[in-house]
Amino acid sequence: MIGVEHYVVVSSILFVLGVLGIFLNRKNVIVILMAIELILLAVNLNLVAFSAFLGDLTGQIFAMFVLTVAAGEAAVGLAILVIYFRGRGTIAVDDVNRMKG
Amino acid sequence: MDWVQSLRLIAPEETLSIVGLVLLLVAAWGGDKAARLISILAVAALVAATFMVAPALCGGAMGPDTSAFFGQFRADAFASYGKILIYLSAAASLVIAPAFFERYNAMRAEYPILVLFAALGMGIMVSAGDLLTLYIGLEMNSLAAYVLAAFLRVDGRSAEAGLKYFVLGALASGILLFGMSLIYGFTGSTSFSGINAAISGGVSHGVVFGVVFMLAGLAFKISAVPFHMWTPDVYEGAPTPVTTFFATAPKVAALGLTMRVMLDAFGDQAQVWQQIVVFVSLASIVVGALGAIGQRNIKRLMAYSSINNVGFMLVGLAVATPQGASAMLFYLATYVAMSMGGFVAILMLKDADGEAVEDIASLAGLSRTRPMLALALAVIMFSLAGIPPLFGFWGKLLVFKAAVDGGMIALAALGFAASVIGAFYYLKVVKIVYFDEPADVVTGESDVWHKAILAVCCVFISPLGFLLTGWLGRLADTAAQALTAAI
Repeated sequence: MIGVEHYVVVSSILFVLGVLGIFLNRKNVIVILMAIELILLAVNLNLVAFSAFLGDLTGQIFAMFVLTVAAGEAAVGLAILVIYFRGRGTIAVDDVNRMKG
Repeated sequence: MDWVQSLRLIAPEETLSIVGLVLLLVAAWGGDKAARLISILAVAALVAATFMVAPALCGGAMGPDTSAFFGQFRADAFASYGKILIYLSAAASLVIAPAFFERYNAMRAEYPILVLFAALGMGIMVSAGDLLTLYIGLEMNSLAAYVLAAFLRVDGRSAEAGLKYFVLGALASGILLFGMSLIYGFTGSTSFSGINAAISGGVSHGVVFGVVFMLAGLAFKISAVPFHMWTPDVYEGAPTPVTTFFATAPKVAALGLTMRVMLDAFGDQAQVWQQIVVFVSLASIVVGALGAIGQRNIKRLMAYSSINNVGFMLVGLAVATPQGASAMLFYLATYVAMSMGGFVAILMLKDADGEAVEDIASLAGLSRTRPMLALALAVIMFSLAGIPPLFGFWGKLLVFKAAVDGGMIALAALGFAASVIGAFYYLKVVKIVYFDEPADVVTGESDVWHKAILAVCCVFISPLGFLLTGWLGRLADTAAQALTAAI
């Protein structure tokens, strides 16, 4: 029998993978965008699972809002990335270092 | 609570969103030529919204009459206090922008509209009565802010600031959301009153995890240690008017949001989060003070100063009493004035060609070339350091008094000691400005609007500001009362 705890464990693993994806990745900013999506999907899984087990619709509505905002966030992120690439000609994470201190 | 009443309570938000959408159309048709007109209209809308929220603060609105849409949105005195600060600082950052951007030929029509939508999102943040409203407001603010940070396309640092802000801001939103999903799962409710009711008997481990995740996400947004690392880079890279905006309005919104979540939703179980806030607060004070010492860029210095000041404000939250909340709100108002004045002064530092001067060493002997600007900088630095008789002192005093009255004497003592370290770098700037050999770098003319806003901020934080203590203190008390009616 699959209980709510299984869903929470899976979503926690996804969440940790997403966070690690941001911090361990040294290659490419696009991978960071994917990691952010992974975090948001972990949250959605959590919300929908809780919603189903609580018998309360709020979680599913919340998940809809998160999906919508995630789309907007990805659009803004990609737009900033395009501007950045135009100026620098690279999107490697190690090169994002003009300001330090 | 019917719909008409709800719609009446969100009148300022309606105004801002409708004006924002109409101006977006004007921008689409008029192009960048219409930028100035759009700026003026956006400022007018923000001022109008300020007048709309003012009655709720003066009348001390609180209770069920102020909650719209079944508790999702609260238009109480606390929200009004935050919104007045937010709208006014957003309007000020619109007024100072054209003189800066026109030099780079980058005064685009999108700038005022993005600021308008960010201000709308921030207003929703301080009014949130539900995790869902909180999230929508936060993202509305953040998405506009990411674009604003990357606004100056000719400057490579601006795009880099936008990218860093985006990645870390999105991570913070993700962490916050994960916390919210846990809290929803373990309390069965997303409304603050529902959460409060569900945890009144005690908290489960799941809720504790949720609170920790939420605090981590919120600490990102208020740039508190240990989630402060984006602040210096973003403050340095973003165009200075945008930095002015980031250092004022979003700080108010995020701190107001943190207060609302902690004191309202989790107010009955303060022991769960108090220790975390104490740690974050002390760490911010110390890191903000030490980090600033080696800085050569004045915008980075101000970034560390804002981390430091957020630490002092969190002392007021850590005690979890109405008195602490009131002290925090008072400090917030003076902080907005100091930081607005500080960044406008930085905006006025220009060399003979009108190029911005950000190097602290170039400020040497400013007192002889630009005596008034040097005086303003000195007033702001002394006030940030909390040296009497300037107004910044009073905010710190109230916060520490609340900590002592709340029984957190150790926290107050440590914070007090750390504020002495902080004074070092503020005084260093004053020393460079007044006692070093003139470098004769800062010679450029200043815009009249910059002068006006700097003058207003300086008068507010000068000893004359103490005439306002009674009035501002009463407003902060009213706002804090509306927030903490439950505890």
